[in-house]
Amino acid sequence: MGHVGTEQKKRGAWSWWYLLFAVEYLVLLWPALYNRVQPALLGIPFFYWFQLACVVAGALVTAVVYFACGE
Amino acid sequence: MPAANSTGTPLNAAALTIFVALFGLVSVLGFAAARWRRGDLGLLHEWGLGGRRFGTLVTWFLVGGDLYTAYTFIAVPALAFGAGAVAFFAVPFTILVYPLLFLVIPRLWHVCHKRRYITAGDFVRGRFANRWLALAVALTGIAATMPYIALQLVGIQVVLGALGVSGAGIAADLPLIIAFVVLAAFTYSSGLRAPAAIAIVKDILIYTTALAALLVIPAQLGGFGKIFAAVPAGKLLLAVPGPHTGGTYSAYATLALGSALAQFLYPHSLTGVLSASSGRAIRRNAAMLPAYSLMLGFLALFGYFVIAAGLDKLPQYASGFKQFGNNFAVPALFLHSFPSWFVGVAFAAIGIGALVPAAIMSIASANLYTRNVHREFINRNPTPRQESQMAKWASLIVKFGALAFIVVVPTQYAIQLQLLGGIWMIQTLPAVMIGLYTRWFNPWALLAGWAVGMTCGSLMAIATHLTPSFPLELGHYTIPGYTAVYTLLLNLAVAAALTPLCNAVGGPRARVDETCAADYRA
Repeated sequence: MGHVGTEQKKRGAWSWWYLLFAVEYLVLLWPALYNRVQPALLGIPFFYWFQLACVVAGALVTAVVYFACGE
Repeated sequence: MPAANSTGTPLNAAALTIFVALFGLVSVLGFAAARWRRGDLGLLHEWGLGGRRFGTLVTWFLVGGDLYTAYTFIAVPALAFGAGAVAFFAVPFTILVYPLLFLVIPRLWHVCHKRRYITAGDFVRGRFANRWLALAVALTGIAATMPYIALQLVGIQVVLGALGVSGAGIAADLPLIIAFVVLAAFTYSSGLRAPAAIAIVKDILIYTTALAALLVIPAQLGGFGKIFAAVPAGKLLLAVPGPHTGGTYSAYATLALGSALAQFLYPHSLTGVLSASSGRAIRRNAAMLPAYSLMLGFLALFGYFVIAAGLDKLPQYASGFKQFGNNFAVPALFLHSFPSWFVGVAFAAIGIGALVPAAIMSIASANLYTRNVHREFINRNPTPRQESQMAKWASLIVKFGALAFIVVVPTQYAIQLQLLGGIWMIQTLPAVMIGLYTRWFNPWALLAGWAVGMTCGSLMAIATHLTPSFPLELGHYTIPGYTAVYTLLLNLAVAAALTPLCNAVGGPRARVDETCAADYRA
């Protein structure tokens, strides 16, 4: 019974790790941060490679939250 | 010397052979899928949700094939080719959608699993005990989905045109009609198992194509530096906003945000995730699905490859661009850069990529019609067999409706209606997504908010000549933003303001919520 109780708390409850998602939102919804050509990477302007890198970063953040919140 | 035909795009025999062969293969797979993870297809949750038995990996293929449609792969690069940097909003959009998938959608999955709900309308009906609100959710979903199915046909049309398949009169539409009849038949017989099985083949083809294009084409064009140097300065970045306006920045950000909020309200998205076998499979997918976003981001750059290669100025592609506009950019790029046989593979990836979402969309619409319209208002006590049979018929009607639409009505209307569809779909967010957390809102107030959002959204879209962004004036500051976001705020304000009023008029509300807090968790 106690086991079920803690598990429920774990899943339903707020976790500070979720703030990582808020950071994602703030960065991506502020285009002034990344609307620039320099620094370019392999000839790709910053605007493009930065957002592509954010895809990877976003997936990593989700994975971190997934494991940090006990699956 | 390839035979020329009426449109001027030469018939590409090798590519066409591969294309037809792959199409045939997935058709067989579609019918065979009825026996995959066998269940009684005479039950709606088996036909329409695959028995909720798809694990993490199948869900990844299914939802990936569902969200990243053939039309996306044609339209996003076409937008980059035509309009430049703004097309890249698809990237933040498909990043921001995954925190929502991770946090919100597992709650919906749990409550739907426990209460045997099949659609978002079912959930709203159970949560708020109001069948009219559920009807609004269902009809919005169906109305937003129909033009989306039609757009998938545009994807098939463009690749068929690029293969040189053409004719006059009814013959012009015949290949498209054949493809759709086959699609309708295997969806009818196999239900959601068909697109799930086909999605696996389609995704392997599309990843192969994207990877090959990325390895081969930039090298052919002399590297990314040269490619971006060929892009006009006005297209390379978002225009920096002047004083007193949010300019392209606010438009870009709200377009990404609004699209992300609306994505998992669309019936086909929900049908995809509700067929998962657990909430955990969904959360894992929130970390795995960005692989598709990465591919989409690179595909968007293909629009620039077309600019750098100057394909729109080459005579052999002139007729294609004339017929299909910027949507011809990606097909032209593949024709130009790949040997014939691989063009067949690439085009098959796009063509089959249209079948998967078209099948899921028609199943999702059929589920909504069956559960929240037919069962609620026409036949209140169907047997499970009658219910499943109704959904199968509804899936046929929806698909042929979309086919008639694309054959009869100019493509431009399908594109504009799909744009309106996003604005409509987001109006169900308060009932569906916020409803997962609270039933503070009165259902009649939610219905009023929905009606105001739908009406104002449509009028604002018409006022801006069916472009997505609306120039909101605040004092002497102009904030261009995605109409869907503005009207969602209006919808919420109306629903919040009317809730105390509706509660007062309706008297003390009975606790009619059939769900309980434990339903929303594992």
